[in-house]
Amino acid sequence: MLESIVSYGLAVGAVYALIGITYNVMYSASRVFSFTAGMLGMLGGVLGAVFISRMGMNAALALVLVLACGAVLGMVTEVVTVRPVLKSIEQHLYVLSTLAFALMVQQVTAIEFGTEAQPFPVLVPLEAGLPGQKFWLPLLACAVTILGLELLYRRTLIGRAFLAIAEDSYAARALGLPETRLRLACYAIAGVIGALAGFTGAQMLLAYFGNQAILNFYGFVPVALGGMGSNRGAVVGGLALGLFQQAAAVLFGGLHAAIAVFVVFIVVLLLRPEGLAGAMTGRRV
Amino acid sequence: MNGVAWLPPRLAGSMPWLALGLVALLLPLFDDAYIGVIAQRAFIYWILSAGLNLLVGFAGQIAIGWVPMLTLGAYTTAVLTAGTVTEPWNPYLALAAGGVVGAVFGVIVGLPALRLRTFYFAMTTLGFATITTQVALAWKSVTGGGVGTPGPVFPWPFEPGWGFYYLCFLLAALATWMTANIGASRYGRALIALRDAEVAAEASGIAKPRLLVLIFLLAGALGGVAGGLFASLQSYITPDAFTFEMSVLFFIAILIGGRGSILGPVLGTIILTALPEFAAPLVQWSTFLYAALLLLIVLLIPGGLAALLDFSNRRPLAKHREILPRPGLLREVLGRSPTAQHLELRGIALHFGGVRAIDGLDLDIKGGEVHGLIGPNGSGKTTTLNVISGYYRPTAGALSLDGAILATEAPPRRAAHRIARTFQTPRLIGDVSVLANVMIGGTLDGRASFVEALLTLPRHRQDEVALRRAARQALAAVGLEALAEVRADRLQHSELRFMEIARALMLHPAFLLLDEPAAGLSAEEIRRLGALIKAISREGVAVLLVEHHADLIFDICDRVTVLNLGKVLAAGTPAEIRSHREVVSAYLGA
Repeated sequence: MLESIVSYGLAVGAVYALIGITYNVMYSASRVFSFTAGMLGMLGGVLGAVFISRMGMNAALALVLVLACGAVLGMVTEVVTVRPVLKSIEQHLYVLSTLAFALMVQQVTAIEFGTEAQPFPVLVPLEAGLPGQKFWLPLLACAVTILGLELLYRRTLIGRAFLAIAEDSYAARALGLPETRLRLACYAIAGVIGALAGFTGAQMLLAYFGNQAILNFYGFVPVALGGMGSNRGAVVGGLALGLFQQAAAVLFGGLHAAIAVFVVFIVVLLLRPEGLAGAMTGRRV
Repeated sequence: MNGVAWLPPRLAGSMPWLALGLVALLLPLFDDAYIGVIAQRAFIYWILSAGLNLLVGFAGQIAIGWVPMLTLGAYTTAVLTAGTVTEPWNPYLALAAGGVVGAVFGVIVGLPALRLRTFYFAMTTLGFATITTQVALAWKSVTGGGVGTPGPVFPWPFEPGWGFYYLCFLLAALATWMTANIGASRYGRALIALRDAEVAAEASGIAKPRLLVLIFLLAGALGGVAGGLFASLQSYITPDAFTFEMSVLFFIAILIGGRGSILGPVLGTIILTALPEFAAPLVQWSTFLYAALLLLIVLLIPGGLAALLDFSNRRPLAKHREILPRPGLLREVLGRSPTAQHLELRGIALHFGGVRAIDGLDLDIKGGEVHGLIGPNGSGKTTTLNVISGYYRPTAGALSLDGAILATEAPPRRAAHRIARTFQTPRLIGDVSVLANVMIGGTLDGRASFVEALLTLPRHRQDEVALRRAARQALAAVGLEALAEVRADRLQHSELRFMEIARALMLHPAFLLLDEPAAGLSAEEIRRLGALIKAISREGVAVLLVEHHADLIFDICDRVTVLNLGKVLAAGTPAEIRSHREVVSAYLGA
């Protein structure tokens, strides 16, 4: 029992963490939380299943295509739903524009690829006895993403530019950084990460258009717990959420697990609005 | 307003309502059951949207998942009537219970919104929507799971058919009336203030958590009642009937009408309910089309139709406007003489990490005096104001009012001590009239409770009359009465400064804190401002004036304190300060 809690909990937690990072990457570039994070996760699974099972592509090619689709959708998100409402960000219209776009994509997915949950093919043929790839794939993806982002942010010039606009976009623009193009690039990266989360998590969560709302919520919980914009917080929060949810599901049933997660989410928000690890920022007057 | 010109304005404003009501009342004469069902659905959707409209359109809380209130109300009413868990209830009582359940969960879901940014709240409602569906599916013994449960059937006088139609109509009319009452009351104005100028709202004594809880209660209850009716209309309910995508429909209705409007969202709801009936071939694509419509509205007309049709605010304003304050009116505006006389700051310190923004500050502000607070940028002037009005909690030191120590408290509580203020950048509610902006300042003096406002009881109507009159007087006193009906975001910068003073005067302040009121004003305007400030202080108000215009400071101040690096560099009469060597070298210049 413990083994299933840990393996399943960590794996699903890694998917949540990756969606949380997707939120964060978009947030740090634009101060916008976009509902397209869950959409990207959902599409990663559905498109992967379509490419491999229906079209018979090999897994590596399918992965590359899925990530490319994620990048394109990320950029479309930025151009269509974020850029036009950034100037009046205090009205929070991005909540509605990104939600509307995500629902449009979700609906097209449902109509084109069906509303039934589809199984996701096994990617790496391995002999029986080894731990299932559906458990370690998301963890691997999470580790690769974290390493990749660290390298990008610490070692490359463009990564430092990302950090600069995250820290103070106004000052970054004054320094001559092309803020708009950098923001677009961040949304492309977020698209890749979200799609990767969906692709690697789909053996567990199935390729299902309805995963969008679930991933949107459970992917945001780690962000709220770990503090906005903190990728480390998202990983810790995501894994903790996965373990907690799985433990509650095994002990008390899936329904109570869902309720427990929601209650914990609200209680944490009320007691520590800045997240368990974050710090309050912002000057109001 | 762009009403019908030959009617008295009150009647012209209610014309659309009378027309809508008449159509609704006469519809049963056609005896077309199909149209009847569509109309019932429109009524039910509107009952939920009416509450949601206060939440979204007025308070700016983007409740993307408010459908669960419908779900909860529907299941509560259906299950109680069916007698699955208890003795069967009377359907009308069960409907009321649905409203109560909706109200309770409305507040629970709303809790994060009391402290956090709106996105957290949006996300909470999304999470709640997901969970409600899961519970409805899994809790088979009560909800019937995926198979569902029969909806309630209301007995005489509102039996199924046209009887039920009238029940829906009555409740929809009631919801419209109540939410319109709140929208037009000081509670509605306070909601808009919290949405667009939260800081100014708090400084006017508006406590966000209390007000939002009331709105969550109301919006939740309306959602629950709508759910009970929905269950009866559907006659059989399953979790599938309550999709998250319904939220999109409600949002389109509210946004297309325009934020802060009631009639707009009503029309939006009617159109959106009727539309799918004529677009049957597209039913598969309906969610997609609704989402696309929502996206288009957000991107193209975020102000909704109300903003597009607001012709009166397109008429150009007079070009060369002058602000002519009438200090003679101040006595009437300020009314009774201030309650408190003396605000003392002793040893106030405020540290942000290693930065000492204020470092042991003593300051005395007395009734009837203008006290100037000057110093270079970053010397702690605005920070001092923020400590006094409760935005920052000092690291050390104490404030006392007439000798009694002030507890650490939030800005709305400080406003209750009659400490009013203006801001370095004017905080305005751009969408509403100048008059409504100024009325915000008098929120604290309203006596009618939320329920009295909901039902427009006499005390509420007296409040409104008194507030409106006081606001017009305050505007006349600062010289802006000609602009009372103009939308505030059309004013010039200098006019906004005077508008903020009028708003502060509405609080009947004992202490008035002015943060660079002369910034951006012409020389003539500064002279008039100076006379106005001086006259205010002569009515017994203690004025603390933060300013960079040395001339203004030395013209009107009775005492001046000079800050440097968070410490008092000098304090005394203007003449003493003017000749203070360090001040001259550090700040004023030779």
